[in-house]
Amino acid sequence: MPKPHVPKLAVWKFASCDGCQLSLLDCEDELLAIAGQIEIANFPEASSAIVKGPYDLSLVEGSITTPHDEERIHKIRKMSKYVITIGACATAGGIQALRNFKDVNEFISLVYARPHYISTLSKSTAIADHIEVDFELRGCPINKSQLLELISAFLHNRKPNIPNYSVCAECKRRGTICIMVSKGVTCMGPVTHAGCNALCPSYNRGCYSCFGPKETPNAASLSRWLLEQGVEKEELVRIFRGFNANAEPFRKESEYYEK
Amino acid sequence: MKNKTLKIDILARVEGEGGLKLKISNGIVKDVQLKIYEPPRFFEAFLRGRDFREAPDITSRICGICPIAYQLGASQAMEEICGVKVEGQLKTLRRLIYTGEWIESHVLHAFMLNAPDFFEAGSVIHLAQVYPEVVKNALRMKKAGNEIMIVLGGREIHPVNLRLGGFYKVPKKRELRALLEEIKWSKQAAVDALMFISKFEFPEFKQNYEFLALSDPDEYAILGGRLVSNCGINLPVNEYDNCLVEEHVPHSTALHSHLKGAGTCLLGPLARYNLNFEQLTPLAKETAFNAGLGRHCYNPFKSILVRMVEVIYAFEEAERIIEAYEEPGSPAIEVKPRAGTGYGATEAPRGICYHRYTIDDNGIIQDSKIVAPTSVNQSRIEKDLWDLVQANVGLTDEKLKFFCERAIRNYDPCISCSTHFLTMDIERD
Repeated sequence: MPKPHVPKLAVWKFASCDGCQLSLLDCEDELLAIAGQIEIANFPEASSAIVKGPYDLSLVEGSITTPHDEERIHKIRKMSKYVITIGACATAGGIQALRNFKDVNEFISLVYARPHYISTLSKSTAIADHIEVDFELRGCPINKSQLLELISAFLHNRKPNIPNYSVCAECKRRGTICIMVSKGVTCMGPVTHAGCNALCPSYNRGCYSCFGPKETPNAASLSRWLLEQGVEKEELVRIFRGFNANAEPFRKESEYYEK
Repeated sequence: MKNKTLKIDILARVEGEGGLKLKISNGIVKDVQLKIYEPPRFFEAFLRGRDFREAPDITSRICGICPIAYQLGASQAMEEICGVKVEGQLKTLRRLIYTGEWIESHVLHAFMLNAPDFFEAGSVIHLAQVYPEVVKNALRMKKAGNEIMIVLGGREIHPVNLRLGGFYKVPKKRELRALLEEIKWSKQAAVDALMFISKFEFPEFKQNYEFLALSDPDEYAILGGRLVSNCGINLPVNEYDNCLVEEHVPHSTALHSHLKGAGTCLLGPLARYNLNFEQLTPLAKETAFNAGLGRHCYNPFKSILVRMVEVIYAFEEAERIIEAYEEPGSPAIEVKPRAGTGYGATEAPRGICYHRYTIDDNGIIQDSKIVAPTSVNQSRIEKDLWDLVQANVGLTDEKLKFFCERAIRNYDPCISCSTHFLTMDIERD
């Protein structure tokens, strides 16, 4: 009898806050069950045991911001059957992509007394800008139920059930009264990818798009609507320059209004 | 001449990434460099030009494990500028969500990151094979901490319900009371967990620390207080910049901090325990003594015990706050912008997390400074390592490496936090 194949999972970190890989450790009820089904082969945040590749599944957190990381991501691609990016940093460059709109050297000298010690790229970019990616999981942070769904889908060779419609669809299903219409609150729901279960509006707060753009968002229409509601252009630029500032539809929108 | 270099390339079971380089010549330690190679993310730079109301959400992305430290540090600094004081139930709710963060962070560290060291186990998964019940209970406690954050904040990582002046929505009494049963169970579980950990073998190691923590006359400081040390420092938070200075060292992207005109200091659970012990609850104190801790603790390897003492305390605080909770009339106080500079510091799980902002009349951020506890502790960790390696210089490289890793993990270093961690190199002559 040949031994059954135990899939090997690896978790990699680039420029990030660790929140998305923490989501895996926050699956308190499922953690030990997962650990029984797969071999956690490389997860430095949680384990000092390192198993050599190749890996069946690599979860990648964080964005590419240094020359060293630009090289490292290619090695990970070569060692992995599937590469899944988790979170806004890995899928859009994250909040640190705000450097992309400014001169990074100015940033370095603002923060560091000795700029020549610091090696960094002028832009913070998504993993998919560098390598082929098999699936991108959105969110800042990701939704841990979606992470479990994704791991399970890939390990069983089925399509993950992760919808790409807008937050508005989730809001309606949840039964929250539209806060943009009823309270005049700025809300990014119409252009934002679902996945959080429309959390912010249920707390009387406008969506700030931590899941980034949905598929085919009409950002221009939302901008016009917000301008009509009295939002200033400078504020509009800031609204699109959040945790997914470098996602193309948002980047274009913010650049259009910056001129 | 025996030259020796030991190198640890990536340090496991810490938040973020780092490495360590040691130089030893003829049995004498010559150099210790803790390398932090978390890519720089430039928060302080890109906050300029942002709206002051955005600071809590943006800065929380410095660290996924202690977002509340950033959200509340930033909020309190902005409120100070605008002349707003959040008091009463709103302040108490802030303390409540903070207890949730302490619990999830401390239990995660004690059981998942630190405890495996005492069994030479690679991870909590290996530990679970030997002590399944202990690990299950730890996960349940951690979940109870996260549940506090979910009910109050919407989610446990980067909660969405906190804002300048308070909250977007305050919880109903029944929503909080629903947490009580699990909190009460966890309080007892935390006592048992501390007693379990007290049976570990702790390396004999004592250091003469200068502890620095916030201190509040009314309670075990979490949300704020004065900067107090066991060597005579007693200053308001707005004097922080005159107390600790940052410098940029070549081997790290985290700026190092040290006390002005003095050496290194230690922030975090050990500092709080030593400075504010009297304000702990009777149960927390009694369990601490039963677990073999004294009134003071100078052994960093025992910080795991102190973390669990704080977990007991946090569960008791959560219970007390929920039992006495009355819904406030309004979820937040309005915060109108005005030009000025403000300061905010809270006790994050790893120690003082400091914020300073300057805004203009429209609330646009002109300048910011954020100092995470790990960047202050960094030079103190190097000092510990120096003494530890010197005392154990005869050990094999493999054993020395493991010992150093443990010494670093004692500090629960959050490298993502040190916005500005272990490859180990040992050079022996």
